[in-house]
Amino acid sequence: MIAINKKKIKVMADNLAESGTGRSLWKDARIRFMQNKAATVSLFILAAIVAFSFIGPYFAVWSYEKIDWNAMGSAAKVGMPSIESGHFFGTDDLGRDLYSRVIQGTQISLMVGFLGASVAVFVGTLYGATSGYLGGKTDQIMMRIVDILMSIPYMFVLILLLVVFGRSIGMLFIGIGLLSWLDMSRIVRGQTLNLKNKEFIEAAQVTGVSDFKIITRHIVPNLLGIVAVYATLLVPGIILAESFISFLGLGVQEPSTSWGALIKEGAGTIRYDTEWQLLFPLAFFVVSLFCFYFIGDGLRDALDPKDR
Amino acid sequence: MSFLEVNNLKVEFDTADGVVSAVNNVSFSLDEGKILAIVGESGSGKSQTVFAMNGLLDHNGRASGSVKFEGKEILNLPNSELNLIRAQKIAMIFQDPMTSLNPYVRVSEQMAEVLVHHKGIPKSDAIQQSINMLDAVKIPDAKNRIRMYPHEFSGGMRQRVMIAMSLLCHPKLLIADEPTTALDVTVQAQIMQLLADIQKEFGMSIILITHDLGVVAGNSDEMLVMYGGEVMEIGKTEHLYSNATHPYTQGLMSAVPRLDDTADRLVTIPGNPPNMMLTPVGCPFSPRCKFANTTCSSQTPILSKVDNNDHYRACHVAIEDTL
Amino acid sequence: MINYIIKRIGIAIPTLLILIAVSFYLMHAAPGGPFTSERPLPAQVLANIEAKYGLDQPIWRQMTNYLWGVITEFDFGPSYKYHDRTVNEIIAQGFPITLKYGFWSFIVAIGVGIPLGAIAAIRKNTWIDYLAVGVSIGAQVLPNFVMAPLLIIVFTLWLDWLPGGGWNGGSWQYLIMPVIALSTSYMASIARITRSSMLEVLNTNYIRTARSKGLPTKIIFFRHVLKPSLLPVISYLGPAFVGLITGSVIIDMYFSTGGMGYFFVNSAFNRDYSVMMGITIVVGGLTILFSLIADLLYAWVDPKIRY
Repeated sequence: MIAINKKKIKVMADNLAESGTGRSLWKDARIRFMQNKAATVSLFILAAIVAFSFIGPYFAVWSYEKIDWNAMGSAAKVGMPSIESGHFFGTDDLGRDLYSRVIQGTQISLMVGFLGASVAVFVGTLYGATSGYLGGKTDQIMMRIVDILMSIPYMFVLILLLVVFGRSIGMLFIGIGLLSWLDMSRIVRGQTLNLKNKEFIEAAQVTGVSDFKIITRHIVPNLLGIVAVYATLLVPGIILAESFISFLGLGVQEPSTSWGALIKEGAGTIRYDTEWQLLFPLAFFVVSLFCFYFIGDGLRDALDPKDR
Repeated sequence: MSFLEVNNLKVEFDTADGVVSAVNNVSFSLDEGKILAIVGESGSGKSQTVFAMNGLLDHNGRASGSVKFEGKEILNLPNSELNLIRAQKIAMIFQDPMTSLNPYVRVSEQMAEVLVHHKGIPKSDAIQQSINMLDAVKIPDAKNRIRMYPHEFSGGMRQRVMIAMSLLCHPKLLIADEPTTALDVTVQAQIMQLLADIQKEFGMSIILITHDLGVVAGNSDEMLVMYGGEVMEIGKTEHLYSNATHPYTQGLMSAVPRLDDTADRLVTIPGNPPNMMLTPVGCPFSPRCKFANTTCSSQTPILSKVDNNDHYRACHVAIEDTL
Repeated sequence: MINYIIKRIGIAIPTLLILIAVSFYLMHAAPGGPFTSERPLPAQVLANIEAKYGLDQPIWRQMTNYLWGVITEFDFGPSYKYHDRTVNEIIAQGFPITLKYGFWSFIVAIGVGIPLGAIAAIRKNTWIDYLAVGVSIGAQVLPNFVMAPLLIIVFTLWLDWLPGGGWNGGSWQYLIMPVIALSTSYMASIARITRSSMLEVLNTNYIRTARSKGLPTKIIFFRHVLKPSLLPVISYLGPAFVGLITGSVIIDMYFSTGGMGYFFVNSAFNRDYSVMMGITIVVGGLTILFSLIADLLYAWVDPKIRY
């Protein structure tokens, strides 16, 4: 779902491995990130969106479940966005306040994105680091498994999972997270292979530190840079996946909602002159994704001094 | 009219952090059949000097000044005109034979295309001539190996392929940009020997770029020492070896380890190469120079005659003081 | 090369088997059988139905029977919900439709994406580069389920040029919007990948060598730049194919095109396990086959892989 230039990430991984991750690298990176206008602006906009999803409810006149009986069934005439009626973004076809629903959808979509990415980052980093660190036959088998899983159309399997185990947000983000760690594990493995031959790892091995401890204490912290970049790019990927599922109606269930579910509703009613039902959630969705991509790009450039 | 005359060559690069001037007012000339060595540390601008001559600067680079080849100005010519000179008159070989050949194209293709394009001969003839040239640079079993891909050759063999490829059109000037830097020491000697042999056989001029003074000694007629994008000293190689007057050249010479030396420590030049981001003020070497005075850091020294052996240097310090 | 092909097929077959096994077990791990969801049936009737579909046998026997049927006769068994139809019939109905617009989407994604990325790379930092980069970034946040309603707003509601859905045998008016909606984000990704890999190639030493040989730009581009630049695109083809076939579900739902995706989602709502499983296996098989082809293509282009 998410197109990342793997070669570029690979190059960056090599560079990070060479330069090591000292304090100056992070400080340098911050300065370079701040110089990237698109990335900085995106960071602010995203922060504003997150803040809005928390502060917004205090300004809401209607709750996300409450039905405005006036607007119900005649959204096109009564439910348009207006300050007086308290429906800042209008209402949906059932007369529910879109402002509150967009806020709720934003919370849920972002949450699924972050939680799903966390699951993927956790599993992928551990798997990739272990595979790369152990090397040899184990590495080959572990990576072969990743190869195999990668060529499975995972959205179909995810839908299967949702049907079999019932639809819930929990299932959704575990499912998406568990299925998106594959790329992560590959990248981390490559980086680990680079790190493995560094002197400080040898030093740890010579002094008898256990493999598990070397992985968690020495390898993983040095992977942070690349993991950070990739995680930033993973979040929008997962939001996309969740929206996809919700658009099909297989994702979050009423009365909860998400960007994908809202877009589905809006898209279903565009024939009835209620464009706002599509455009408000769509705007949030598109702008947020934009921000994530720009931040990810900015981070990558910032953490990779040689690639400019 | 000289065979090759470079005057006040300047090369600048636009980067995200500002303009970097890589080469400043470099001038030299070269006669037919001679070998000129350009010596300097990495980053001294020696490669960019020759890239500029042949129009091979990266897209963010700009060159100004003058480069006259056989009396004709060739600096900043459009590609279409440069393409009539490249390979046919001026050929190049590069530092890293591992990456200088296209890994996705057979050696036969890469060589034959030069002849097909410049001489307009059929491909089968071009391949036959390429095989002959590979034989000439002593690649065993050239007839079969020419069908291989570059990664199937060793580093030294790849550099031989590069050399053979550059010779296909019998150029008058061969520019060798650190041809041995990326190779093993034993292979280095073989490649240098090969270059010397083909120079005798083909009689072309060579510009040999290197940071290895050992390579310069037996393999060049003239030598040009660069530092921080500027010419420090220029003269006949043999003469310069015994009469270096520029503190930087002297430093370089004394930094070459010698077998008959019993000193415990290797001699080094203290300090680091200059930051090319900063606009040069004064002599670029002055921060590391043990003779430096206040003039050195404020005024750029001009290349001036040392003696009657075509020996020039750019230094404020009196010759007697440096000896 | 032959060794490589054999090795690669050696991965493809177990992948497919694993996919079949996983989806089979998932189906059977589902709480309640396929016939328990609606109003309760008398025990005897239920037992009869289960016997008819072989559900009374141990699960490993069910699975080997199923596998045997799939492998020898390409038989995915009957639908659990539409008792008069087999899964094969349903797939036979939807597959040609998915294939048709999927094929054109693939062609558009490659045929527009690669030239767009290449032009952007060659004309770096000119308006055409900015345009290409802008389009490809924009399209990245416009996945199929966003493109679909936007296209309908513009071309059906505002301009009234194109029908808002249906298939009509796949005539071009009905094909355009599904193809655009499905291909846009992959076209954008391919353009981005092409651009950045071509920029990388243009900066390599061997391109400098080619320039130093006095070759015209055209020859340098087609003989030296193009092939290595396309390698990352080739490795993206597998994921792009997965994306396209996944996206077809959205297309079928939103444009009522009636491809496989429609039956998949429908059976997901109906808990029609045998149809879901059949479609998943067909799609998985196609994906695995396609990534096999893409890998072989890669090996064919990159001489270093051939061993």
